[in-house]
Amino acid sequence: MTAIGKVSLRDTVLQRGRGKERSRLLVFNHTVLLLLTAFAVIPLLVLAFNSVKTNFEIGQNPLGPPQNIVADNFPNAWERGNFATTMGNSVIYVVATIAAELVLGGLAAYALARKRPPGSDLLMLYFLVASTIPLWMYIVPLFVQINALKRLGVDARFLLIMVYVAGNAPLTIFLLRSYMIDLPTELEDAARVDGANEFQVLTRIVLPLTKPGFLTVGLVVGLGVWNEFLLALTFIHDPNQFPVTTSFYKFVDRFDRDWALTSAGAIIIIFPVMVLFLALQRQFIEGLAEGGIKT
Amino acid sequence: MAVLAQKKPITVIEKINDETWRRKFLRNVIIPWIFICPLLLIHIYVVAIPAVQGVYMSLTDWTGVGMDVNFVGLDNYHELFFEDETFGKALGNNIAWMAFFLTVPFIMALFCATQLAQVKRGGMLYRSILFIPYVLASVVTTTIWKNLLNPRLGVGAAVDNLLGLEKVFGVAYLGRSESVLMSIAFIDNWHFWGFLMILFLAAMQSIPPALYDAAKIDGANRWDEFRHVTLPGIRPILLFMYMMVAIWSFLAFDYIFLLTQGGPGGASEVIATQLYKNAFFRFQAGYGAAQGVVISIFAGFIILIFVTLRRRGWDI
Repeated sequence: MTAIGKVSLRDTVLQRGRGKERSRLLVFNHTVLLLLTAFAVIPLLVLAFNSVKTNFEIGQNPLGPPQNIVADNFPNAWERGNFATTMGNSVIYVVATIAAELVLGGLAAYALARKRPPGSDLLMLYFLVASTIPLWMYIVPLFVQINALKRLGVDARFLLIMVYVAGNAPLTIFLLRSYMIDLPTELEDAARVDGANEFQVLTRIVLPLTKPGFLTVGLVVGLGVWNEFLLALTFIHDPNQFPVTTSFYKFVDRFDRDWALTSAGAIIIIFPVMVLFLALQRQFIEGLAEGGIKT
Repeated sequence: MAVLAQKKPITVIEKINDETWRRKFLRNVIIPWIFICPLLLIHIYVVAIPAVQGVYMSLTDWTGVGMDVNFVGLDNYHELFFEDETFGKALGNNIAWMAFFLTVPFIMALFCATQLAQVKRGGMLYRSILFIPYVLASVVTTTIWKNLLNPRLGVGAAVDNLLGLEKVFGVAYLGRSESVLMSIAFIDNWHFWGFLMILFLAAMQSIPPALYDAAKIDGANRWDEFRHVTLPGIRPILLFMYMMVAIWSFLAFDYIFLLTQGGPGGASEVIATQLYKNAFFRFQAGYGAAQGVVISIFAGFIILIFVTLRRRGWDI
């Protein structure tokens, strides 16, 4: 009895000590984390502040919260930055790239994960090696090739989408294939016994079960295309076909001193991404972590 | 018995004529390759063929327009490494860039992830907020920081104001050759380090808590825990990201091109920005292609180092 009493007393003392230590240490943790959070957020806050100030106020107070809020910058930026057109273009690039990537990548990954036709290993090796080839190795000849196709009358937007689809192909195949390999084969076999053909097996059985994989690829590819700058700068020269990134680049160049205008433009660009990010935080973070490792 | 005895071995011709065999061949070989082909062909057209062409182009003096192409052997490479001083400077900048990115973001990410891994309540919120800069477009990030680093209206000027100083912190970080490259690296890192942190955090969270308990019993302090439990636990992803970041350092382009285009006076020039200007502004496509090959060789060399270490038994 006494022994037990002693042990429990020692235990509680120890626990109290440990609890104290833990809470003290967590103060340090939170301090560090809050400082880093401030580092991440304050630049964005300043951007948001400046987007609702007048340029005169920015001159007086470039970092602090606005004295009075001006909403005019947004319609002005929308108008002068030609956002109506370029946002539409960016949506086209994002949606078309995701759609093509998921359909073509889904088909290829299914074949590689499930049917393993002769040559599969060689093909995986090809994509593995190809994924390590830097864009800089082929951008100059690709530019020549794309220009030749443009002269033949092929739409530059279609060609840019093609380049995006190709660039994301290795990542898509690796990711989707790994999701499909993890799937038990019994369900597919059961469907085949019931008379389903290959296409039906893919669309009715495999697709619904690997949805998370498709969502991941869609998010990673979509965010990448929305933010992409270099390829759009290289291949799209008609301002009416610009995505938001390259058009914003020219816009900032033109209105260099008009911080109110450019800040509002920046907010317009990040707004859709932020909404999507806040709605799908977990999928975004995990998807990008997964995708980032595999590129 | 009689029925069994009549069965003959199946010949190849019969096999091909055999209906079920043909259907199997269709299902297991032809259809899968039809599924694979569209993406593969696009990829070959966009990546593989131009990559091979790039190597050939790097051996010519082609300007990028017209039909006048002369094979010049390794002249472009000779010029790069022995004559073009700006290339040496750019390569040096790439190496400085790599030195920055192999230290600063890794230290920040390791430190932050270690702190965040111990936090239960609010951990998800921190994780999400710290990740936000990573989802922003480079054109936006550079616009934000161009303003924040403005000598007259930026953070530096505010600090000067606060301390009663004049033009000590409020200087043109992006306009002076001694600070420009590291300032751009700082901005790129603001966007990048959260991504690294998330990767390390995920790895840390999959370390079994029993290991930490065991370390505590052995009297380990927090540094010991970090050194002997956390670091070995996240070693695979840590080393892998070391390789990736080293490779990415040779590909750096966006932030430099957007902020300074390599200026002032070439102070922030890296190989990729030079390549871009040579190929697309200065009519030196062959020379630019040679720079692309050089970048790829550096990237390949880094991969080779890691593959060799792994062969030698390193757990990467």
